[in-house]
Amino acid sequence: MMLLIPCPWCGPRDEAEFHYGGQAHVAYPENPAALSDEEWARYLFFRDNPKGAFAERWSHSAGCRRWFNALRDTATNEIHAVYRVGEPRPVTS
Amino acid sequence: MRRESGGRVDRSRTLRFRFDGQDYTGHPGDTLASALLAGGVRQVATSVKLGRPRGIFSAGSEEPNAVVQIEEPFPEPMLPATTVELYDGLVASSLPGQGRLATGPDPARYDAVHAHCDVLVVGAGPAGLAAARAAASTGARVILADEQPEPGGGLLGAWPADVVEGLLGAEWATATAAHLKALPEVRVLARTTVFGYYDDNYLVAVERRTNHLGAAAPAHVARERIWRIRARHVVLATGTHERPIAFAGNDLPGVMLAGSARTYLNRYGVLPGRRAVVFTADDSAYAAAFDLADAGVRVAAILDVRPSPGEALAREVAKRGIVLLAGHVVTAAQGDGQVASVQAGRHRPEADPAVAEHAFDADLLLVSGGWNPVVHLFSQSGGRLRFDETLGTLVPGDSRQAVEVAGAARGVDTLSGCLADGAAAGERALGGQAAAAAPPPVDVPTAGGQAFWLVPASDYAAHFVDMQRDVTVADLHRATGAGLRSVEHIKRYTTAGTAHDQGKTSGLLTTAAVAHALGERMGELGITTFRAPYLPVSFAALAGRDRGPLHDPVRVTALHDWHVANGALFENVGHWKRPWYYQRVLADGRLEDMETAVLRECRAAREGVAMMDASTLGKIDVIGPDAGEFLDRLYTNLMSSLAVGSIRYGVMCRPDGMVFDDGTVIRLAEDHFLLTTTTGNAAAVLDWMEEWLQTEWPSLRVYCTSVTEQWATVALVGPRSREVLAGLAPGLAVSTADFPFMTWREAEVAGIPARVCRISFSGELAFEINVTSWEVSRLWTAIMDSGMVTPYGTETMHVLRAEKGYPIVGQDTDGTVTPQDLGMSWVVSKKKADFIGKRSFSRADTVRAGRKQLVGLLPEDPDFLLPEGTQLVSTDVPATVGTVRGGAPPRTVPTLGHVTSSYRSAALGRTFALALVSGGQSRLGERLYAPVGDALVPVTVTSHVLYDPEGTRRDG
Repeated sequence: MMLLIPCPWCGPRDEAEFHYGGQAHVAYPENPAALSDEEWARYLFFRDNPKGAFAERWSHSAGCRRWFNALRDTATNEIHAVYRVGEPRPVTS
Repeated sequence: MRRESGGRVDRSRTLRFRFDGQDYTGHPGDTLASALLAGGVRQVATSVKLGRPRGIFSAGSEEPNAVVQIEEPFPEPMLPATTVELYDGLVASSLPGQGRLATGPDPARYDAVHAHCDVLVVGAGPAGLAAARAAASTGARVILADEQPEPGGGLLGAWPADVVEGLLGAEWATATAAHLKALPEVRVLARTTVFGYYDDNYLVAVERRTNHLGAAAPAHVARERIWRIRARHVVLATGTHERPIAFAGNDLPGVMLAGSARTYLNRYGVLPGRRAVVFTADDSAYAAAFDLADAGVRVAAILDVRPSPGEALAREVAKRGIVLLAGHVVTAAQGDGQVASVQAGRHRPEADPAVAEHAFDADLLLVSGGWNPVVHLFSQSGGRLRFDETLGTLVPGDSRQAVEVAGAARGVDTLSGCLADGAAAGERALGGQAAAAAPPPVDVPTAGGQAFWLVPASDYAAHFVDMQRDVTVADLHRATGAGLRSVEHIKRYTTAGTAHDQGKTSGLLTTAAVAHALGERMGELGITTFRAPYLPVSFAALAGRDRGPLHDPVRVTALHDWHVANGALFENVGHWKRPWYYQRVLADGRLEDMETAVLRECRAAREGVAMMDASTLGKIDVIGPDAGEFLDRLYTNLMSSLAVGSIRYGVMCRPDGMVFDDGTVIRLAEDHFLLTTTTGNAAAVLDWMEEWLQTEWPSLRVYCTSVTEQWATVALVGPRSREVLAGLAPGLAVSTADFPFMTWREAEVAGIPARVCRISFSGELAFEINVTSWEVSRLWTAIMDSGMVTPYGTETMHVLRAEKGYPIVGQDTDGTVTPQDLGMSWVVSKKKADFIGKRSFSRADTVRAGRKQLVGLLPEDPDFLLPEGTQLVSTDVPATVGTVRGGAPPRTVPTLGHVTSSYRSAALGRTFALALVSGGQSRLGERLYAPVGDALVPVTVTSHVLYDPEGTRRDG
């Protein structure tokens, strides 16, 4: 590890400045009360664990303190793209 | 034996050292190993498992055998004698495989540097120097790191007579390094080993700055320095390690890698023996044989496993009168404690055991099985290794990182080839994308080497593979015989490659012996993973300055000095130092014990008036038009309905419904709140708020700011607290009617502008007085000057709150506890449509009966203090029958819960505890048992509110 992470606000910084936030694009459900126990449990406890490209959340916690998303290859640790919260996952080849 | 001339040691100066109680001398430029060889020492260590004598096998950091203990100037265990630079006053001893750590603290300093560069070149041999020079020629920022005290690599030992650019090799190396050092953007680091290669070209190295000075090391200079380097591009010019060959007795002192013997002669002016036999599968050992013979060593024979070394070499051999036996192998090295004779026989290619036909007297047996590129760092970088059938070894393949390998480390074995390869790599590095362009193929003259790893025999019990772990070919056969085929499994089964040299010489030899046993190809089997660190690094170096008081930040409040001066003992809460209790001097001069002090402080708070420094509470300022809405979503209860001037207790949960933090919320204005968090959770709560604001609710117009340090808080507690406050704040109406519970007022207290809150964490009438940190000392002193107030610490705070059943998040909860489990259903809003955690309160798991709930416990012996963490059982559960050999069947019963808090109560006149107990609220009055040591302690379950359950005391 010890990645060089390109913060979309500050530029490339050492991994030690960041906080990991798990899988991206797992939105808080609009109406939790309408969900079944199983659907709610899926939101709470289930996350993808792919080998390869993975959209995940990072926070530049010891820098600008902003959350952003990164597309990282879990096998090689290469970061293919970073993008801001609310932006769609970029399409990569 | 030291020669009268030759080598790079400074004979004009003599260094004295002691090894195993004997005095020896050496010279600047020596290693401990070269000086021991000069002094005629053969055995330097004893093997860990078999107790066999072991000598010096190599001349570098790949050394598996000569691992010693440094005794003076400061004890350091397990250092290869081949890497210890000699200094005056060195005291060392041989080791039976394990070292001893120092018992006293290390007085030396260690530090670290973070560095960035365009090109990092690892290794200052010919390829590395050429690469660094080429890269530096355009002004690029270059770091050149080399583990030796002087640059040159192979030029110092293997190619001593070769001329580069009109200079002798070593002189060219010195001149080139000096040229590089003079460039403003180049840093040349000697005695620096790059030991780890991580993602995004992040490499870590250790520089040994003063180790080589011994007791003369200046105290103000860091002994070792860790370099953390982020490099745009990396050139690895890490050279090669010579390969050993496995044969009977190959671990005896006197058996040495041929190239290393050449280094001892050419670099240190030391003859490692008087009468040598050379055993080789490669041309390079001939150069060693010739150098030694020309220096006066009697070379009895060269045994070459190949059918013929070629005419040119044969002529040189004949010229020196050396016996050459081509197609022969060593069948055994023999001797008592060291090599005395070498048995040899014909090599039978069909892998039949060789039979001894010749015997040679010798005290030195030089071995060369060829050369392995040092691919450790390349492999760590994520680079693929390729098995080269011609070289019979692993060479670097592709890497996804911006790295390339130059010179001998990728199989180039001529000096001119290494120089050209290094220069080309350095030039490519300037483009920054050199890794994309594969380096051009180098015409590799393979020196006619033949991959040869072990001498076939009928008994492999003395064919050593990993000498430091005492693993033999026979041990590997036991592993393959047990059905193991993966080298990773065999490594763990036999421990081969797990010693502190991490298999530098034994790794590929293990693969070769396994391939031989299984009839497979080495390339198919591969090699065990190369992991950082490349060589052992001391924890002291890795810790650097981050030890002692600098290990972790310490936070103190503005009142800290007063606490220290007034007998406080401290408790760590997060990074904070909080007064734990204040120890008084008793009338007889003794110091109060903790129990007495805490009972005294508790009594003062319940019966008179006491105060505590509560400044460490986390404080977060929340402002914006949507602040109320935001807090409604975060807390389980309603906050937007709070009136300006009022205060509400609140609980935050995670989405899974488990309690995350609690505290109070103060409404300062319509759009402005101040909330408090637990001391240890302040940063986590702020992060939590930011995360939701940024990632889920970016449309909410709210700003959150930590103001923990800006506000100091003094909690004034007890039935007489109103009296004290009234005296200090004449302008403040303090009656219950004017200043009701859970409201706040602005006032001057002791002449200081303050925000006073009627909040109680003890159940007593209490005021929390908030002032700026600058002024809190004055406030505290003014309160003390009233002569009525007893200061108290966190232990008393804990007792007081536990008597009232107030939980501490993180002590009485553990991330599996809901507000309902804590008996706080009242804090969970039924009105709000949603808040974080709400949906989870109707999950099957959170509504089931039998969840652990917070209850009080009263030990039946009112003087017995239950240890926190004690498990609780019921004897109503039927015993599970099992059998224990030689004893009664154990009585196993399920645990019902555990004690989370336990104290002596002055107010209750007895001990009590809080506990999380399965179905606890329905067990009130039930008797449970707490196993403490061998005893089952009976306890009665009670409500978690043990003191003043009606809440009559909060208004005084």
